Amino acid sequence: MHEQAGYTIASFVSGFIASPAGPVPQVAAILSWSDHWGTIGARIGIQRDQYTITPGLYCVGRPDGNSPVFVTANYKLTFDALRRELGGVDVWILVVDTRGINVWCAAGKGTFSTEEIAYQVQRAKLMDVVNHRELILPQYGAPGVSALKLKNACGFKGTFGPIRARDIKRFLESGQAADEAMRSATFKLKERAVLIPLELFLLLKPLILTLAGLMLLSGFGPDIYSLDRALHRGGTIGLVTIAGVLAGTVLVPLLLPWIPGRQFWFKGLLFGIPVGIFTILRFLPFVGWTAVTGMFLWAMSISSYLAMNFTGSTPYTSLSGVKIEMRKGLAIQLITALLGLSCWLAGPFFL
Amino acid sequence: MFWNFPGIKLDSYFFSLRDKALKEFRYIDGAPILRLDKAVCIGCGMCEVVCPHRIFKCIEKKASIVDYDACMECGACAMNCPVGAIFVNPDDGCGCARYILNSWLAKVTGKKPSGCGC
Repeated sequence: MHEQAGYTIASFVSGFIASPAGPVPQVAAILSWSDHWGTIGARIGIQRDQYTITPGLYCVGRPDGNSPVFVTANYKLTFDALRRELGGVDVWILVVDTRGINVWCAAGKGTFSTEEIAYQVQRAKLMDVVNHRELILPQYGAPGVSALKLKNACGFKGTFGPIRARDIKRFLESGQAADEAMRSATFKLKERAVLIPLELFLLLKPLILTLAGLMLLSGFGPDIYSLDRALHRGGTIGLVTIAGVLAGTVLVPLLLPWIPGRQFWFKGLLFGIPVGIFTILRFLPFVGWTAVTGMFLWAMSISSYLAMNFTGSTPYTSLSGVKIEMRKGLAIQLITALLGLSCWLAGPFFL
Repeated sequence: MFWNFPGIKLDSYFFSLRDKALKEFRYIDGAPILRLDKAVCIGCGMCEVVCPHRIFKCIEKKASIVDYDACMECGACAMNCPVGAIFVNPDDGCGCARYILNSWLAKVTGKKPSGCGC
């Protein structure tokens, strides 16, 4: 009965409940298979940019005028992470338009903002739906939202809830009090691991181009050019490049807290060393010392650069810090890469 | 998860006991740009509430910075300070190395910086 011409009811909507401001979609607190497939798609970057839900008021359970209102972003992954933790409670969810970006990044970019929340409060006629005047905001939204200004902008007071959705039930049970653990950032193994697939998939295109370029370069030798050498040597350095990529984008994030050093370019450089040792053991008899040294340096440079890129995904690196390490890191990576490639190109001449 | 047996939660063992707490992740000391003007502070405690690294402590109606080097310059404290007593690096950017690189390259080429893809 809620169908309208030209509209489809989203798959996560299980029904509608009546409110003084009209029907409000009620969403399931259990994720379906299509939600899980969507999560996988977003995590590997297939549909990450368009993975949005329509902003507005939703609800879980059967909330009434006294039920709390949670505010979140319209990135579907964020919305799913919230609703899956709300089984058995009756709450309103106000989804604001962050262009499909998560709360933390949207707050940094200014789309999860005081103004946007105030706008969505008015658009959803929230003052007619609930008797109280309070919004529970995700703590990671605080860089973009001033709880104080929110009150002036829309009449609703902002209260910062826990960082993680999984703490919401405890937060509600304890009379809306967040303890130190709920308010502290974490970056556990699992949280680091889920970021890796996207990093890898984003690298696919530049990696293929790099491998093609390396293969082309690998054919040069004393007899000017040999296609056979391009294929063989190109395959060798291709393998080392992929190993360097895996070291920088998989091993460094996974083992992050246990790797010595604080700067990411250094952590990455360190992880190029095992790749380099493997290269010596495996390829020395075939390509000679000059070329093996080249590949060693090349792997270290790749791993270092990609590890440095991971700073953007962590919740503890400051912009000033990243700039400091990039000045040193980029110079070292550039020198290492150029030196490595030169050795690699010189290899056939010094075999 | 399938690797958990009755009474033995393997994943929580690995993810909580074996993993370091975020307090043990340390970045570059002295790097953060963060200032607190104690004379202006009214001790409302909002900075203490919103900081994800718990670097503020409010004692006797005055905030102080107890772990300066843990700051990641997210700006939550400055945004929520009612009297503007806190200054955090206001530079645009999400802290992605790729974004910084693009903005440096843009300075050289004179073009508008392209984003970082996040």
